[in-house]
Amino acid sequence: MRLSEMKENQTAIIVHVGGNGALRRRILEMGILKGSDIYVEKYAPLKDPIELIVKGYHLSLRVEEAAQIIVDNVK
Amino acid sequence: MRSKHLSIALAGNPNSGKTTIFNNITGTRQKVGNWPGVTVEKKEGHVSKFGYDLIIVDLPGTYSLTPFSLEEIIARDYVLEERPDVVIDIIDASNLERSLYLATQLRELDCKVLFALNMADVAQTRGMKIDDEMLSELLDVPVVFTIGNKNEGIDTLLEKAIELAESSYETPKTRKVKYSKDIEHSISNLERFLENWTEGSIPYNIRWTAIKLLEDDKIVKERILQKAGKNSRDILREAQRHRDFLVGRFDDEPEIVMTDERYGFIFGIIKEVLTTSTKQRVDISRNIDLILTNRFVGFPIFFLFIWAMFELTFSLGAYPMEWIDGGVNLLLTFLDSVLPDNLFKDLLLNGIITGVGSVIVFLPNILILFFCIALFEDTGYMSRAAFLMDKIMHLIGLHGKSFIPMLMGFGCTVPAIMATRTLESEKDRTLTILITPFISCSAKLPVYIILAGTFFGAKAGTVIFSIYLAGIILSIITGRLFRSTILRGADAPFVMELPPYRVPMIKSLLIHMWDRGKIFLKKMGGIILAGSVIVWALLAFPRNVQYSSDYAAEIDRVKASYVAEMTTADEPDKQLLEKRRDAAVAKLIRSKKAEKSEKSFMGRIGKVIAPLFAPLGIDWRGSVALLTGFAAKEIVVSTMGILYVADEEEDSEALKNALLSSDMTPLSALAMMAFVLLYLPCFATAAAIRRETGSFKWMFFSVVYSTLLAWVVAFCVYQGGRVIGFS
Repeated sequence: MRLSEMKENQTAIIVHVGGNGALRRRILEMGILKGSDIYVEKYAPLKDPIELIVKGYHLSLRVEEAAQIIVDNVK
Repeated sequence: MRSKHLSIALAGNPNSGKTTIFNNITGTRQKVGNWPGVTVEKKEGHVSKFGYDLIIVDLPGTYSLTPFSLEEIIARDYVLEERPDVVIDIIDASNLERSLYLATQLRELDCKVLFALNMADVAQTRGMKIDDEMLSELLDVPVVFTIGNKNEGIDTLLEKAIELAESSYETPKTRKVKYSKDIEHSISNLERFLENWTEGSIPYNIRWTAIKLLEDDKIVKERILQKAGKNSRDILREAQRHRDFLVGRFDDEPEIVMTDERYGFIFGIIKEVLTTSTKQRVDISRNIDLILTNRFVGFPIFFLFIWAMFELTFSLGAYPMEWIDGGVNLLLTFLDSVLPDNLFKDLLLNGIITGVGSVIVFLPNILILFFCIALFEDTGYMSRAAFLMDKIMHLIGLHGKSFIPMLMGFGCTVPAIMATRTLESEKDRTLTILITPFISCSAKLPVYIILAGTFFGAKAGTVIFSIYLAGIILSIITGRLFRSTILRGADAPFVMELPPYRVPMIKSLLIHMWDRGKIFLKKMGGIILAGSVIVWALLAFPRNVQYSSDYAAEIDRVKASYVAEMTTADEPDKQLLEKRRDAAVAKLIRSKKAEKSEKSFMGRIGKVIAPLFAPLGIDWRGSVALLTGFAAKEIVVSTMGILYVADEEEDSEALKNALLSSDMTPLSALAMMAFVLLYLPCFATAAAIRRETGSFKWMFFSVVYSTLLAWVVAFCVYQGGRVIGFS
């Protein structure tokens, strides 16, 4: 399942980070890595971007960027 | 004895409290400039401590040293090329895992690093305990706890930094990230290759260079081409060979695998040094966000804050503006009475003081605005604003943070352009700067009020609103156009941290505010001074105008004609006559002024360019008024006042009547308003564009583009309107 399909207050484990080039690397460098836990804190009032909690801090991503991230074990 | 110099660079993630520590160390003895060739801010401060002269450089806040953004390139280049004696990495202790990513990269860079575990108190209240001794041992780096906003641990930090700088410390080979077997194999092969082929011509650590080559780092590759001479091609080929091998081996780019492995290494350290108590606590920051980014009340609160900022900037700012204006007028009156009438006096009073005075009145606005922006940034609200607005701004191809500068454009374009500094991507910044002038600033409002009020009567409000709307629409169109042409490139990705809310420190707010004020005063002073003198000269020369009639004689004649009548009149009649006489004299003086403007260089230029404005329905007087608007948009009204009204007072009623009796029609008034909305920005704006984009090129581009657009739009309005049958 894609990260962008998750609902608010769900947790999951990241399986794959797609995308290309610098943006993909930046996402990885911010700690969104295969095997990390991720929590969807909320969607912005206009449904984009998403606020996530990863490695204990809050991070926001656009929905189109989150669509490149595959997650599993969604709870 | 002269004390010894040491340079200390502060590195760290954004929001790690780096700037607070920098402010605490240097106080007000800091210099804000730009890094060479770019518009990223460089802060530097000098302090004497423990018998040393310390030069503290605040590097841009970064999450990594991958040359992904301008900030990261600057930070890395500084450490590589300037070789500071010590680099202090400021680590947000409550965010240890991600902070260590930058730390491991600094460790690989082969410079003397010291860790400051900042905001240790916050970490503690979050139930985190960090074993600093273990961390220090595992990475072989001195570690100091600091609490930046309480100024705790700062002296110890500097002491340790000096100690480290003076030690003959060798970076040990171990205790850095160790990558998986295949990558390590490629690194050591490449290292050997580099040692054999470069003969020491690469000034960087060999292992680091090898790692960067495997990561396909563009900047390092360029440096190799520059420095390694004839062997550079072989080196790059060898690196590519290893890369290809690793890509085949891992089925992914080496830099991705290495990022993963760095985090793996960090995870190992975290397990050893960090203990988190499991007890659940109340997270204040999260609770605040429940409201501030709430689906229903998030936007209303956001608009409330923005409205408050606007009110403060322009309403509260109006008071000191009046004082400055009053002060300038007082100075003018004083100088007027003490100086003898000559060319120099005219230049000083009407050129320099009036010109610079008309710009300096914006200082209160700028100070208040930047205080508010600093408040948004330091509390952490700025990133929430971007979070809320990103969806909308993304439609124009901009980042959520561009909203604030664009909104400020409704007040004054100058602070709006200066507010683009909060944008990280240079392209975003340039684009925002280019479209902000189309957001109608408050100085253009008097022009609309006069024109719309005169020609549209009860519909004036609707017309003015449409003009504002047209500005917004054109800025969106321009944004989209430039984004897909001259400023092409993917939008800056929205990978943005939402840092915990913090109580701002008044000291850093004031420092921030004053820095901006200083930049405004210093850098704007030059170009505005020059511009004011030019406009003055164009209006003041030639000195000897051939008037159509002898005004001085005429005035004397009028005065004389009243004298006779007044001597015989009764007291009440006398006063009436006196009034009438003064009015007649004033009318003559104004006619003289109008004729002088008409025959000045500015007037002649106006007449020369009048054919250009004819298709827009604007006569030569309008052309001159528009030209003088380059100094400041408010001047358009006062120039029109001088040129159209040869009547007693240049109040708006008189101007309205004069406009109605001129050739101007509602349609040409609309065309003129459209032109005023769009055409070349005022001096102060042009100077701000030059300063914030760092180039004259963008300034000229903006001036030419906006004026062309203004002409085309005004032409369409006027000619199009005539075709449809309006007049």
